[in-house]
Amino acid sequence: MLRPFRLEEPESVKEVSELLGRFGESAKVYAGGTELLLAMKEGLVHYERLINVKNVKGLNELASDNGMVRIGALCTHRQLETSPLLQQKLAALVRLEQNVANVRVRQVGTLGGNLCFAEPHADPGILLLALGATMVAERASSKREIPAEEFFVDAYETCVEPDEVLTEIRVPVPARNSGVAYLKFGYLERPSVGVAVAFQVQESGRSIHDIKVAVGCAGPAPKRVPEAEEQLKGKSLDEATINISKAGEIAGRAAQAISDLHGSQEYKEHIVGVLLKRAFQNALSQYRAVQS
Amino acid sequence: MSKVMLRRADAQTIPLSFTLNGRLQELAVEPHELLLDVVRERLGLTGAKRSCDVEVCGACTLLVDGRPISACTTLAFEVRDRSVLTIEGLADDGRLHPLQEAFIEHGGFQCGFCTPGMILAAKALLDENPNPTEDELKHFMHGNICRCTGYKKIIESIMAAAKFMHGSRA
Repeated sequence: MLRPFRLEEPESVKEVSELLGRFGESAKVYAGGTELLLAMKEGLVHYERLINVKNVKGLNELASDNGMVRIGALCTHRQLETSPLLQQKLAALVRLEQNVANVRVRQVGTLGGNLCFAEPHADPGILLLALGATMVAERASSKREIPAEEFFVDAYETCVEPDEVLTEIRVPVPARNSGVAYLKFGYLERPSVGVAVAFQVQESGRSIHDIKVAVGCAGPAPKRVPEAEEQLKGKSLDEATINISKAGEIAGRAAQAISDLHGSQEYKEHIVGVLLKRAFQNALSQYRAVQS
Repeated sequence: MSKVMLRRADAQTIPLSFTLNGRLQELAVEPHELLLDVVRERLGLTGAKRSCDVEVCGACTLLVDGRPISACTTLAFEVRDRSVLTIEGLADDGRLHPLQEAFIEHGGFQCGFCTPGMILAAKALLDENPNPTEDELKHFMHGNICRCTGYKKIIESIMAAAKFMHGSRA
């Protein structure tokens, strides 16, 4: 049961930002509603106004230029999982999107909404961290690009300002000599642990010169784990394969796992290690398949 | 919720015009009204069920422009100018849809509570992928839960309907 609220239907980012500025915390941006409406039905939050942003033009476009994929914040999971462009440029993100929640949620849920709601048990933010994505936030008179590392602050909390609107997600297309994988584990609808890894191998040698490891779902917000990356960076593929267990232990501890109905802290820490190992192997075989 | 609704003085109403099971439907809704309540309580179509109420079980599945959604978590105004199909609109002039026939023939339901959602989700699947593999079927349908656990029969029913409708996979 939903308590009554008023609906605003602006048609530009500027109008959305102005409405947010005028109504402050009594209003909330509404896109797919797949997470917001659940919290409202449960009575956990109430807003006097919902600002439907789906009439704002141009926010559901997908494009690629200069080695960068630009995903409009209103793109639905469905749009992303079925996009030939994304399949070609960011196959790992397509695989992730194919397995978000269920077909009905993917039909209406948006990537921007997923990121802004910042529910801890969400997949996309983790992979976007490993891919080095940035989020574009706009208000009536300004526009800024936020690195994924700074975007997630805490459970249900991002660094988007009250009158800012997330408009676009920019993802650098991984180079040919790279490997990317996201793996998750969970026995309920939402994942209890998610791990992403993306690395690039030096053109000349066989060593990893750039690697990003990100974990999420186990703790309050998705995060990079630089200490785990250090175990793998600059190493040969064989050395990294040996070091991956150590990196997994470090990532497990860094995940800030909490004990809840998804599992105990120790269990989740262990699963982080297992998933990182598998994700790395997965990414490695992709890399090798492209090279051969 | 009775048909005579008490409206608050400041209630906002949204004119809502949409196609329901092939017929134009016009009414006014408040922003917070859920599609499931409008369809069940105001329009009297009770095939879609409220069960988990959190988009997990699929008992409230309806098709909007042919795609499955959870009516329990869809605001009614969202179907403005769109086409909604409920299980009541699936039979064609009294003739059951091949999916309905297949569910009967292959015992695709026990208590029947999940069945309207199952059949509508299966329709969306077959409309987009006429000859699914069993794995594709399971992936698409995994958000529809049968508490009687009659999955084997449900899968058989959908595969049989697919075969009947489009011929078997070469």
